[in-house]
Amino acid sequence: MSKEYLLGILTLAGINLMTVLGLSLLTGFTGLFSFGHAGFMAIGGYTAAMMTVNFHWPFIPALLAGGLAAALVSAVIGKVTLNLKGDYFCIATLGFGEAIRLVLDNVQYFGGARGWPGVPYYTNIWNVLLINVVAVIALANLIRSRHGRNMIAVREEELASQIIGINVFKYKMISLMISAGFAGIAGGMMGHYMTFLQPKMFSLVKSTELTIIVIFGGLGSISGSVLGALVLTSLPEILRAFYEWRLVFYGLAVIFIMISRPEGLMGGYELTPSSMKKLYRNLMSKRKGGFQSIGGGK
Amino acid sequence: MTQFFQQLINGLSIGSVYALMAVGYSLVYSIMNFSNFAHGGVIMFGAYFGYFFLKLLKFPFPLAFITSAVCTAILALIIERAAYKPLRERKAPFLYFIISAMGTSIFLENLIIAIPAIGPTFRTYPEVFSKHPFKIGELAIGRLDIMMFIVSAICLVLLIYIIDYTKIGKAIQATSYNIKASALMGVNTDFIIVAIFLMGGFLAGIAGVLFGMKYTVYPQIGGITIKSFIAAVFGGLGSLPGAVVGSILLGIIETFTSGYISSQYRDLIAFVLLIAVLVFRPMGLMGKVTEDKA
Repeated sequence: MSKEYLLGILTLAGINLMTVLGLSLLTGFTGLFSFGHAGFMAIGGYTAAMMTVNFHWPFIPALLAGGLAAALVSAVIGKVTLNLKGDYFCIATLGFGEAIRLVLDNVQYFGGARGWPGVPYYTNIWNVLLINVVAVIALANLIRSRHGRNMIAVREEELASQIIGINVFKYKMISLMISAGFAGIAGGMMGHYMTFLQPKMFSLVKSTELTIIVIFGGLGSISGSVLGALVLTSLPEILRAFYEWRLVFYGLAVIFIMISRPEGLMGGYELTPSSMKKLYRNLMSKRKGGFQSIGGGK
Repeated sequence: MTQFFQQLINGLSIGSVYALMAVGYSLVYSIMNFSNFAHGGVIMFGAYFGYFFLKLLKFPFPLAFITSAVCTAILALIIERAAYKPLRERKAPFLYFIISAMGTSIFLENLIIAIPAIGPTFRTYPEVFSKHPFKIGELAIGRLDIMMFIVSAICLVLLIYIIDYTKIGKAIQATSYNIKASALMGVNTDFIIVAIFLMGGFLAGIAGVLFGMKYTVYPQIGGITIKSFIAAVFGGLGSLPGAVVGSILLGIIETFTSGYISSQYRDLIAFVLLIAVLVFRPMGLMGKVTEDKA
């Protein structure tokens, strides 16, 4: 296993992680499920590529433009769908995600269904790492702020949080826009890593995969999402020897986790420097427990 | 005018097969309140069972139908026991059911690809009906299209008869109205859930065979079945008449789009329709208004 190969997997995991972090805010902390985040990645990817290829912008501003575009589209989508109850919001995001892909299939300016080759190669492990670190810090601070606590309140009990004066719609909207923005940035990084964009890359399967990572990592845990993205992106690579069977095992693993450990790997607990210190001390004194909870998992 | 009627007939025929699939989504939704995305995988297996029985075992045509449908009914039941029952017992929120269903669908699709004897290749059914169409004036109606419509209609009438006029049908209606109260009234709700999965699976098998005969069989056929899910949402999730009406309408809209505008926009129209329904009338054409219970 060469160094380049390993770094390549890590870069892909980092790109996935960026979307998963956003999705973790939406799903794990605000309690909204989305099956359309690949659509936001597509918007970010195509916008960022348009900026670097056609307008010769530098990489980072182009990524931000991609994120912004995705966030703006999500604001429009959220405006009409966030009032839907339960299952219906998730079906609506599925519809939007697929619709975005099918529209891109027909936009000849971006090459349509055949794809868009010749996107410059800007993404590498270092800028992916940097962007992810910034994203994790920003997310952790957001969740510990008043706004983050309001989102968790919305997740736990929508009606009750409305009664105590939280603007439920506003916090759902903020959460959706931030998560779409993250997905847009990730889409931009993906385009500049693959040097090729094709609407097929952003199908329902991709959206499902992202949601599965969040659940696998554990709802309401940022470190869980990080772990989940690392494990589930590299798992198919490790299983590459059984090429055809790896997705069969993947499907089985998802069912198995749902029925045996639905709280995911971390289940609302966080792995922070202080919690690790505590864990270490607890292990030394041979007592039980250890992780510190900031999300307050169920 | 000829083209209009031609498209209408094509739309009815494809819409009736969508209806067979859509009632499967709706049946499960009406009782268990989640979208069973594994249903697409079951339909795909139905298409493969039909291919296997017709082409390799050379079963006569009606027998192949029944055996594939029985096989998919059993498959649907196995899925319920393995992927949903543990969640039901724990009273997990509906999202876990959806993820479990997604996992099942990934599993089924890739299982077909991974089994060396089957693999990802496209397969065509043997020709059961001659390609030579009936002629009524200017109209050309495919024999297969007529057969698809008739078989679907028979199955749907049978289903509606079971739901409306038999004891178990009444129990299904009661359970969909309120699962706890009907359990208190002595309805064996676990058995009802078994029954709806068997019924949905049976229809999925028939739809799969019909679909395979009309087009070809390949592992990603589940991607098409998502449209029958759209039809179920369009008609109102959980409502059987809604699923049928929604499917027929979607079939007609699709064929008219590809006939008069462009076949490239056919799928896009379906998803735009889904979004429009959710925005303007989330309960669908005939669904009941649902509220989240706090």
